[in-house]
Order: sequence, then structure tokens, then C-alpha cells
Amino acid sequence: MATTLSPNTSDAVIEAARPKPISLSQDIWRRFKRHRLALLGTVILFIIVVGVIIGPWIWTVPINEIDFAARLKPPSWRHPFGTDDLGQDLLARMLYGGRISMAVGLAAMFIAIVVGTVIGAIAGMSRGIVDTALMWVTDLFLSLPQLPLLLLIIYLFRDSLKKVVGPEVGVFVLVVVVIGGFRWMPVARLVRAQFLSLREKEFVEAARALGASRTRQVVRHIMPNALGPVIVAGTIDVAAAIIAESTLSFLGLGFPPDIPTWGRMLFDAKDYLDIAPYWALFPGMLIFLTVLSINYIGDGLRDALDPRRVMG
Amino acid sequence: MTLSGTYVLRRVLIALPSLLGISVVLFTVLALAPGDPFGDIVSNPNIPAEVAANLRIKFGMDDPVMVRYFRWLFAMLQGDWGFSFASRINVDTLILQRLPTTLLVVGSSQILALLIALPVGVYAATRPYSLFDQIANTLTFVGFSLPTFFTGLLLILVFSIQLDWLPFVYRADITSTGWHFYWDHFKQTIMPVTVLALFQAASWTRYVRSAALDVVKLDYVTTARSKGLKERVVVMKHVVRNAMIPVVTLVALQVPAIFGGAIVTEQIFRVPGIGSLLISAILANDTPVIMAVTFVFSCLVIFFNLLADILYAWLDPRIALS
Repeated sequence: MATTLSPNTSDAVIEAARPKPISLSQDIWRRFKRHRLALLGTVILFIIVVGVIIGPWIWTVPINEIDFAARLKPPSWRHPFGTDDLGQDLLARMLYGGRISMAVGLAAMFIAIVVGTVIGAIAGMSRGIVDTALMWVTDLFLSLPQLPLLLLIIYLFRDSLKKVVGPEVGVFVLVVVVIGGFRWMPVARLVRAQFLSLREKEFVEAARALGASRTRQVVRHIMPNALGPVIVAGTIDVAAAIIAESTLSFLGLGFPPDIPTWGRMLFDAKDYLDIAPYWALFPGMLIFLTVLSINYIGDGLRDALDPRRVMG
Repeated sequence: MTLSGTYVLRRVLIALPSLLGISVVLFTVLALAPGDPFGDIVSNPNIPAEVAANLRIKFGMDDPVMVRYFRWLFAMLQGDWGFSFASRINVDTLILQRLPTTLLVVGSSQILALLIALPVGVYAATRPYSLFDQIANTLTFVGFSLPTFFTGLLLILVFSIQLDWLPFVYRADITSTGWHFYWDHFKQTIMPVTVLALFQAASWTRYVRSAALDVVKLDYVTTARSKGLKERVVVMKHVVRNAMIPVVTLVALQVPAIFGGAIVTEQIFRVPGIGSLLISAILANDTPVIMAVTFVFSCLVIFFNLLADILYAWLDPRIALS
């Protein structure tokens, strides 16, 4: 009895020694947490997002209240981020601009992901001519000069879209569609590569042997396993879309002047760098912080979603 | 080590359909656009209707899309790029005036980026997770999260306004002579080149590091070390060359972004290149110039991709044989 334990106690000992079972999402969170900068990025991005969502309700200064007595004032209690050349409050304008930047980033990412996944999935599932043709188109889009084309399309279509749906919505739709339309290619390539390897795996073969239809194979078996890299690419696409929108606005060709996006504020501020540097610094820093946080989150997700990269 | 002529020829022949494809995309965008972007004269209300109708027929504006596309394509190929509405000179002359500046700024920034990325990336890969690697990693993240337009403004703020060391407007008409001329040129090129170089160097460093990290673990590197080769020789001859192969591919994918960055940079520092020409043409509704500049950018992208393909085959002779 001294060496052999009774069946009951041994079970209890094994039960205690075995780590608690954890779900997939807990496992991902555990690995994500280990990337400290990604965690910090999440916190910062969360603060920025909450700030631009509820901020305009707390800081109720109108974005277009012109006050020439207070023009180009450095930060103060009345105007925490200072004022621009028309005396408009920069904090209110930045909060409003943040909403647009975030919305553009998310919507463009969504378009890029959907288009990229569909094209990548079709190319990955079909062999031969369809695959070749789709990949040729993908490569063609990859070698298009994106910013010049973006500018060309906005130049050609801006006025007519404005007439149809109004200046704000028109430019928003145009910017989102065009930015998203030029960012799906990396996603398509990723998805196709994933599909090519996954569709030959045993578990897909097993599903096929059980008589699963093509759609079911894709939706239930292949797609969930191909999702990791797509999520990572999608995260980074948000950052890229925010930069693209800011670039357009910075060139003076994005949203109309009365809509204060972050890039537009930099565009307006660049001629006053010597007397009002804070005007450019605040929106610039905000773009930088947002993009940096998103990039770090993407990096953390990459580690968390791909167990092969980080052991344990 | 020699590169076969047939391989180069084959790559050129593959590049041609891409160029055609891009021209189709460009023309489709133009054809889908509402109104007559080229019809500045025709839609002018001062011109009587019948004259306008005659002009439409003369320029073939109502021909089928295919006919118009081929006419446009052949005109582009023959160098007949039209007439700038705003500058009142031929578009090709205008672009040829501006192109060297863009190529100078972009070219020197790429060389600078390579000079930063290659040593930093390789050094970081040979000492993974060291302090140097961590600092380099953080800086690369900061580097490619900083948009070029913000870096440009920051540099102007520090070096032109606070320190007053460098001019923030690029001038094509420098009056000084002798070596002062070159010095002034050099001074005004520093900031645009740095802005572009920093952005590129950041992403390239990441590529170089991860590619080199994959290579240093391979057996032949261990073999090279155990043969007693010096560390410098191992790194330079065995690691770098093979690590460059995937890097070249990734860099080729970045070429469109490089020219995008060039447009922004030229706009900030008012560099008289084709990027700032594009922006001013858009603001002036100068369609022939816009189309031509976009086309030139496409050609440049295709050309540099071709260059990357050839470089790729030189680095990895297996590619040319397969």
C-alpha cells in the first residue's frame, strides 16, 4: 500500500497535476499577452478609439466655430490643443477627424479582405486557367502605381459622385472603394497559398471522402484554418488605409476642406510650421500613434495566431 | 555568374503584357469617367455647337471604345502625348524636364536606404534578440509607422525652422557657381532623400533581418564556419548573398509605394519632379499631363520590377535555368 496508491487518489493526483484545459481563444490571448508592445498598442488604440467615439459628446466645442480673436493660439485650458488660422478648436477637429480616419480604415480594410479572400479562394480551389488568370490580374494590380492611380480616379470621378450622393458621402465612398480596391492583392495571394496547401491536407481529404460538398469543404474546413494570416493582413491594412487617406488629404485631394481629417489638418498646418508647430504636431502624432499601435497589434496577432512561430 | 541573354529577353517579353494590361486599366478608368476629360475645347460654351460637333468627329471622340483605346495607345507609343492645357507646351517635353529630378531623388534615397538596411538587418540577424536587435526592431516599427508627410514636416520643423541648417524649398534655379552650386544642390536634396530613405530603410531592415535569420541557421553556413572561414567572409559571402534573394522580391513589390512616397515628398519640399507635376496638373484639371505622368509612373514600376527579376536571377542562378 505504501507504493501503490488507491485508484481514487491516483486519479485525483493526475487531475491536479494536469493543467486546466484552455480554449483556443484563451490560448491565443495568452500568446498575444506575451507580446508586451502589442498589448501596449491595444491599450493606446483603445484609448484613441474610445476618445474619437465618445469624445465629441464630452468636448462639445463645434468644429467649425470661427473665432478670429483666438486664431493660431497655442494650447491652453480653453483650447487644449490650440487653434488654427481661423480660430477653430483643434481638439474638436481632431476628434471629428479621428472618426473619419477610423471609418475609412475599417471600411477599406473590409473591402480589401472580402475581395482578396474571394479571389484568393477561387484561385486556390480551381486549378489551371482560372488560377493563372486570377494570379495574373493580382500581379498586374500589384505593379500598378497606386498613388498616381488613386489620384487619377479621384480626379476623374470626384465631381460626379458628389452630385449623386453629396460631398461627404461621395468622397467617403470613393476614397474607401479606391483604397480598398488597391489593397486586396496581398490578401488574395495569402489566401491562395493557404488554400493550395490546406486543400491537400488529410482532414480536408477526410471531409471530401465523407461526401462534403465543395462549398462545405471551403466554408467549414479550409477557411477557418486559413483565417490567421488574413486577420493579420487585415489589421495591417487598417493602418495602411489610414495612411493612404491621410496622404490623399495631405495632398489636398481627399475630403473637402470643411471636413477636418487628420491628413487635411496637416495639409492646412504645413504653411504655419514656423508660428504654429503644434497645429501640425498633434494630428501628425495621432496618425503616427494610431498606425504604430495597429502595426504592433498586427505583429502580436501574427505571433499569437501562428503557434509555430513562437513555441510554448 | 553570367546571365543568359535568353533569360533577360524572356523577362522583357513577360513585362510587355503587364505594360499593356496597365494601359488597359488606365484607359478603362478614363473611358468610364463621366464627361469628356479630354474635351476641354468641345465642352467650352463659347464654341458653337456645330463646331464642337465637328471637333468631336475630327478627334474621333464618339468612336467605339476599342478604336479609341488603340488610337490612344499608338499615340502614347509614338511619343505623341498631347499638349498640356496649363503649361501650353508638349507633355513629353514637360515630363522630360521633370523626370531627371525625380529619378535623382528616388535613386539616391534607395541607395541610402540600402546602406542603412543591409548592415543593420544582417547585424541584427547575426545577434537575434540582443539589445541591438531589439532597438533596431523598435526603430523599424517607428520608421514605417511614420508617414512620409509627417516625417517631412518634422524634418522641416527641426532642420529648417529650429536650427536653420537646410533650405525647405527645393530650387531648380540655384544662382551660385563653382562648388558652391553643388553644395547648395546637395543641401537641398538632403531632406527629401532622407524622408524617403528612412521610410524604405525601415521596412527593408525587417526583410533583410528575417531573410538573414532564416539563412544563418542553414547547414552550409555551419559548414562554412567549421571550415575555419572568418566570420566576415561567412556573413558576406554565404549569408548576405542568399539572404538577398527573398529581399529582392519584397523590394520589387514595394516599388509602387516608393513612387507614391516620392509624390508626397516632392510635394512637401516642392521638388520640381514628375510627382509634384502630377499634383499641380490635377489641381489645374490638366488631363493630358495627368494621364501621361500616371503612364510614366507605370512604366517606371514595370521597369524596376524587370530590373528586380534580372537581379534575382543573378543572385540565384537556379531561377534562370528552371
